[in-house]
Amino acid sequence: MLRDQDRIFTNLYGLGDWRLAGARARGDWDGTKEILGKGRDWIIDQMKESGLRGRGGAGFPTGVKWSFMPKEQGARPHYLVINADEGEPGTCKDREVMRFDPHKLVEGALIASFAIGAHASYIYIRGEFVREAQNLQAAIDEAREAGLIGPNACGSGWDFELYVHRGAGAYVCGEETALIESLEGKKGQPRLKPPFPAGMGLYGCPTTVNNVESIAVAPTILRRGAAWFAGLGRPRNVGTKIFCISGHVNKPCNVEEEMGIPLKELIEKHAGGVRGGWNNLLGVIPGGASVPILPREICDTVLMDFDSLRDVRSGLGTAGVMVMDKSTDVVRAITRLARFYKHESCGQCTPCREGTGWMWRIMERITVGNATVEEIDMLEDVSKQIEGHTICALGDAAAWPIQGLIRHFRPEMERRIEEYRSARGRAA
Amino acid sequence: MTKLTIDGIETEVEAGATILQAAESVGVEIPRFCYHERLQIAGNCRMCLVEVEKSPKPVASCAMPVAEGMVVRTTTPAVQKARKGVMEFLLINHPLDCPICDQGGECDLQDQAMAYGFDRSRYAEGKRAVKDKDFGPLIKTWMTRCIHCTRCIRFMTEVAGVPELGATSRGENMEVTTYVEKALSSELSGNIIDLCPVGALTSRPYAFLARPWELRKTDSIDVHDAVGAAIRIDARGGAVMRVLPRTNDDVNEEWLGDKSRFANDGLKRQRLDRPYLREGGRLRPAGWGEVFAAIASRLKGLPGSAIAAIAGDLADCESMTALKDLMGRLGSANLDCRQDGAKIDAAVRAGYLFNPTIAGIEQADALLLVGTDPRREAPLLNARIRKGWVRNGLPIAVIGPNANLTYGVQDLGNDSGVLAEIAAGRHPFAAVLKNAQRPMLVIGQGALTRPDGAAVLAMARQAALSLGVVKDGWNGFGMLHYAAGRVGGLDLGFLPGPGGRDVAGIQDAARAGEIKVVWLLGADELDMGGFGDAFVIYQGHHGDHGAHRADVVLPGAAYTEKNATYVNTEGRVQRTRMAVTPPGEAREDWKIVRALSETLDQALPYDTIEQLRERMKAVNPVFGAADRIDPAAWGAFGAAGAVAPGGFESPIANYYMTDPISRASKTMAECTAVFVRGQEGKTGTHG
Repeated sequence: MLRDQDRIFTNLYGLGDWRLAGARARGDWDGTKEILGKGRDWIIDQMKESGLRGRGGAGFPTGVKWSFMPKEQGARPHYLVINADEGEPGTCKDREVMRFDPHKLVEGALIASFAIGAHASYIYIRGEFVREAQNLQAAIDEAREAGLIGPNACGSGWDFELYVHRGAGAYVCGEETALIESLEGKKGQPRLKPPFPAGMGLYGCPTTVNNVESIAVAPTILRRGAAWFAGLGRPRNVGTKIFCISGHVNKPCNVEEEMGIPLKELIEKHAGGVRGGWNNLLGVIPGGASVPILPREICDTVLMDFDSLRDVRSGLGTAGVMVMDKSTDVVRAITRLARFYKHESCGQCTPCREGTGWMWRIMERITVGNATVEEIDMLEDVSKQIEGHTICALGDAAAWPIQGLIRHFRPEMERRIEEYRSARGRAA
Repeated sequence: MTKLTIDGIETEVEAGATILQAAESVGVEIPRFCYHERLQIAGNCRMCLVEVEKSPKPVASCAMPVAEGMVVRTTTPAVQKARKGVMEFLLINHPLDCPICDQGGECDLQDQAMAYGFDRSRYAEGKRAVKDKDFGPLIKTWMTRCIHCTRCIRFMTEVAGVPELGATSRGENMEVTTYVEKALSSELSGNIIDLCPVGALTSRPYAFLARPWELRKTDSIDVHDAVGAAIRIDARGGAVMRVLPRTNDDVNEEWLGDKSRFANDGLKRQRLDRPYLREGGRLRPAGWGEVFAAIASRLKGLPGSAIAAIAGDLADCESMTALKDLMGRLGSANLDCRQDGAKIDAAVRAGYLFNPTIAGIEQADALLLVGTDPRREAPLLNARIRKGWVRNGLPIAVIGPNANLTYGVQDLGNDSGVLAEIAAGRHPFAAVLKNAQRPMLVIGQGALTRPDGAAVLAMARQAALSLGVVKDGWNGFGMLHYAAGRVGGLDLGFLPGPGGRDVAGIQDAARAGEIKVVWLLGADELDMGGFGDAFVIYQGHHGDHGAHRADVVLPGAAYTEKNATYVNTEGRVQRTRMAVTPPGEAREDWKIVRALSETLDQALPYDTIEQLRERMKAVNPVFGAADRIDPAAWGAFGAAGAVAPGGFESPIANYYMTDPISRASKTMAECTAVFVRGQEGKTGTHG
């Protein structure tokens, strides 16, 4: 369990002052100038050494991502874009950071921008986050007034401006290239890669897109040292992470924990346990809506980090832990997710545009049992026809929950079909 | 160069090429819907997925650049499965209405479904239906069939430069639309019909008229403007059913203007299908012998100076040669092919050609447009200018009518004085031209039809010389014509001979009674009240202005009905081919002249078109080589003189109706109502 002195987000629950004075009291903005003074290469090396993997879901090493940016600025400016379009169902970590610890993000934005050679950074914040956008803007204004950002930020000689841009409510705009499109004022649709944003991103300029949490932890990592961060968690899955525990637990909460904490421990220690006891657990979606559900047998032992969850054919994703007890209609629940992905598909590429709606419609029928057993196989086949064939990962995200359901709860699906048939006096 | 292996075939392609292009170069076909080589890559249909070694997921070959040592497989079971999956997804919401779909038989989706489709559907849910859109009189929509490849959106945005199409809504509710319902106002809009891989966008005038396998296809050349786009005429029986573009990278790439594409219904209306003779103030049907006799008796005893001939905008070179030769035998020097009165000097060929060539626009690095509205006079050429502007950031300035040309221009003001400033090197844009490597100066007919047109031309020539527009290895001086027959007429010298009169002179003399017989070879864009009491012979294919004034009507052939030579604005000699026979008693135009010459005892010395073409070659050697451009020699042209102040007007006010064919076209009338009249006099209460 994470010791209190190793916590990065010490105001995660908003008990302290979120403004500049409070942030300073918690250690933010301490020695920022000195950090910048050590230079770009040092910062990127430290980030690489710390082993921080992106907190937005894909888990790509942050330091490595920063190192992809051109070393020297050419004719085109560099940009840092911070992805605060937190739309993954079951996830609410970035919201808390921006609400209660916005200065961590502002400071991180300065450091990351400096490291990648950007003088301007955009925070693309989910449109529904009204208060969060206000707090964030207030923090930016405070920091600018205090000379922490703006021209000659922190006295470092680096000019840096930070802008907040509010989204308009599309899930797909959390995909980095769709986010860039949206930021440019276009329809939020993912771009083809290559070219990658580091070569051709916002307005065709080199751009790094990072999750809020990845940026917000950077100042603390650099202050306390890469070794400290790398010493937490398990190899390749290091550091701390904010977990969002929701669903059928006694005390739903956000909590910062060490990577690799056992799922059971996470739920029992921090969320007050599953409603009705651990034995009442049906399954857990461990990483936000787009990762496959895990049945109880796996939940008993699985560790919460990228590699452990990958090994059980799920994923850490955004660490939005959704707990379902035995009262849950799991087919209905996954059907709801299928509807979500059908609604949020951008419509650009064929498999996702056509496949998400098809899957949802089959799921609706299976929910009430109005289907055949063969259609479960067909459903899985359709999900495989989507998976890996789309421009962005939304197609995969739509396919995985259904694949997880079929993998672990197929008997339940078949039972419904059987029940529906027998209720109508027909052979299954 | 990059080396890679595709299906075991090692090949080397240019760095930066895509896998799909590399595969094409070695003959490996990859199916696609959204990819089009002249549009930006969208990568959204996912039909072109291939396997690449070391890549965990299949990649879209249309978008993936080749890399050294790449190993690509296009025939593996995984690739087949991916393509079949995409095909299934495309078909689940696509209606099974091929039997009533105009795209049937030439549909990419239909073709690919033969290769990757399945003979039954696994899709048991309700199908999507999408409300049709109104894209105007040319394009019929059937949006339920749309597969969202976005080719139409990309074409309108990138090539046409009229970004009126886009997609609204997300996911399966995504629709291609004009946002606010309106007709597509681009002159190139018809091309999205060709681009649409399914039957979502089809030709409205051609709707339900024919099936592609019933059509007889003839390669030809378009004559609705002076660009000379390559076309294919699809005919059934004696009727032209539709006109489609052919690929000619030097001229039209693979696009076609809407007038050229859709005016063909005008070929069926208002046709002159038999000779007519005016009697008692009315035209009455007559026989060929009768009208020839009438002409012969009228010409009898007349001196050459009392006879004149004017060639119109659609006149072909063969008939102009024959008519010129006949006029020569009759002793007349009153010839003109410039019915708009443009003061073009035919002494120097480079002085009336679009010397930089249409493809050459892409190499230009500065452009000055004088007295022209290329969007209406030559939309395909305008698309090339836009291409240069988009790709190379071509700086463009305009002295002339202030029109939306679909690209950014510097409006220097519509006044001849600005041209004088530039010619004198005093204007800021003169420096832009001077500093450019390949500057261009394009002068339109709007600058030449003024009374001082010759002086304007001389001034433009002066500007071209002093600013380095014409130099070793580059001639950036271009005259933009809008009449298909004009350059051919100039090349043949269908112009006033020694002591001859030009169009205005002919009309003056006719009113004064000095000219007694005027032969109009398809000349309709004239003031027909200006011929006084002269005997007017009208030879042409439509009952248009000329035929109304005529005393004798000789029914000729339209461009789809004859093998004829036209020279485009670049000086490119091209040939149309007969797709259908002329209606009724109408005949190919040169044959009419040849036959009449016999009646007049002035028999012309050619009996076949080959002999006639030999004669053309003798008149001007450029006719010896078709489909080729030889740079024309520079020289002195224009006439020094005072240039009056004032602006230039484009000769084309209504793009959709410029010649007898398009004026007879119902489709073009609808376009005029929507796009030209629709812009006039609208008030707030018009819907």
